[in-house]
Amino acid sequence: MTLDYSREVMKNFMNPKNMGEIKNPDGIGKVGNPSCGDVMWVYIKVGKKGGKEVIKDVRFKTFGCAAAIATSSMITQLAKGKTLREAEKITNKDVAKSLKGLPPIKMHCSNLASDTLKKAIEDYENKKLKKNKGKK
Amino acid sequence: MKEIYLDNASTTKVDEKVLKAMLPYFSEKYGNPSSPHLKGEEARRAVEESREIIAKSISARQKEIIFTGSGTESNSFALKGLFFANYPEKSHIVTTKIEHDCILNACKWLEKQGAKVTYLDVDSEGFVNPKDVEKAITEKTFLVSVIHGNNEIGTIQDLKEIGKICRSKGVLFHTDACQSFTKTSLDVKKQNLDLVTLNAHKIHGPKGVGALYIREGIRITPLLHGGSQEFKLRSSTENVPAIVGFAKAVKISRARDSVKMQKLRDYFIKGLMEIPNIRLNGATGNKRICNNINISFRNIEGEAIGSFLSVKGVFASTGSACSSKSLEPSHVLLALGMSPLEANSSIRLSISKYTTKDEIDYALKEIKNTVERLRKISPLAS
Repeated sequence: MTLDYSREVMKNFMNPKNMGEIKNPDGIGKVGNPSCGDVMWVYIKVGKKGGKEVIKDVRFKTFGCAAAIATSSMITQLAKGKTLREAEKITNKDVAKSLKGLPPIKMHCSNLASDTLKKAIEDYENKKLKKNKGKK
Repeated sequence: MKEIYLDNASTTKVDEKVLKAMLPYFSEKYGNPSSPHLKGEEARRAVEESREIIAKSISARQKEIIFTGSGTESNSFALKGLFFANYPEKSHIVTTKIEHDCILNACKWLEKQGAKVTYLDVDSEGFVNPKDVEKAITEKTFLVSVIHGNNEIGTIQDLKEIGKICRSKGVLFHTDACQSFTKTSLDVKKQNLDLVTLNAHKIHGPKGVGALYIREGIRITPLLHGGSQEFKLRSSTENVPAIVGFAKAVKISRARDSVKMQKLRDYFIKGLMEIPNIRLNGATGNKRICNNINISFRNIEGEAIGSFLSVKGVFASTGSACSSKSLEPSHVLLALGMSPLEANSSIRLSISKYTTKDEIDYALKEIKNTVERLRKISPLAS
């Protein structure tokens, strides 16, 4: 049942990094549908570093297979400390590569991780836009 | 690391006695049963004695047992062989939505050859209503095929009642008994059976051998043509060591093993029920195969549960879409009326005569820990 997962996938699945929620997050991304597959939620906290907006903290919660949990853990590690623009550019392929590969049938799972992070950043920017409009 | 094997519905460990019985047939008594000399006769005798043992175990006659290469082959032979023997006069098959893939996929293939197939619904515990079988039979029906003990949820069907209906309507009745064989009573006479699929590797015998009981007088077209072995119904040089091992596995099976397994199964289920938000899928008591447990754990995914347990040395199976080649949840669990989410949250635990209480206690501890861990990760649980 472990489906030829790499050691890196199993490590991230058994002991995922950055698992959990952030209270009062700056952005949340929710992707997936429980009736047809995996569900992933990503929370981000945004800060400033050298005048640029960076991901100060990122956490996840995932319903899904071992690969879905491992890709969630991996994307949080890839995104942490990156600027929002850099973080947006992380692709599913990057996640799979960092996990030393995924079984072909599982490649769809890693799509979820980068999509969810993008949603969280989008959510942050929408909120910021609203806030700024309010100020004006 | 500990290894707790709880996937005996997939396959079982070969019993030492079975292995010992098989070994001489590889390099000492290696003759071809069709050969007209003593070496051939030695092998031929072994095959015929094996046939006798298996026939007797289900109240059949020796010449009614055909050895095949697997349960899948026996099922395919029954369905396709009868279709080709009856088509085009008769072309209708009645089966259920909870059959093993090898029956369903053979039916789908036969539909392309001109067969009509009715797939009967089951109730929430997986039982087929015999009255539904009766209603589904038409003038064109030549076969009813219903799995005896279900491979995923363990539900045992009332074969006798369905068989009675088939007899009264003049329709053949086949059952796939791979999971139930030696674990619950199987009697071709008492249960009105015309064809029965059996195999060895679910009962501590070797892989690569199955059997099909075909009641005497039934017309069936062979799938394989060649040297006319197995009463001209299954050409191929007989897999003598596997056939000998199959018979040995049947011979050493004991009713008390089933009683012991059922007690352990119920102890296991009781322990699992302490975990919140779970449900047992399938039937209970004597109407469930003595070694089968199927559980859905709300809000976590079956493949993840199975993978986590595997690292801890506990080997189980799942009905989750994520672990299937088709990426579809189990058709059996969906047929019970479960949602795809519930089906994706299921695991199957199947014990054997070798499973001990200590192993179950260890598995229970690991399952509880796994479920707790994964529920912490799941957004659905919060």
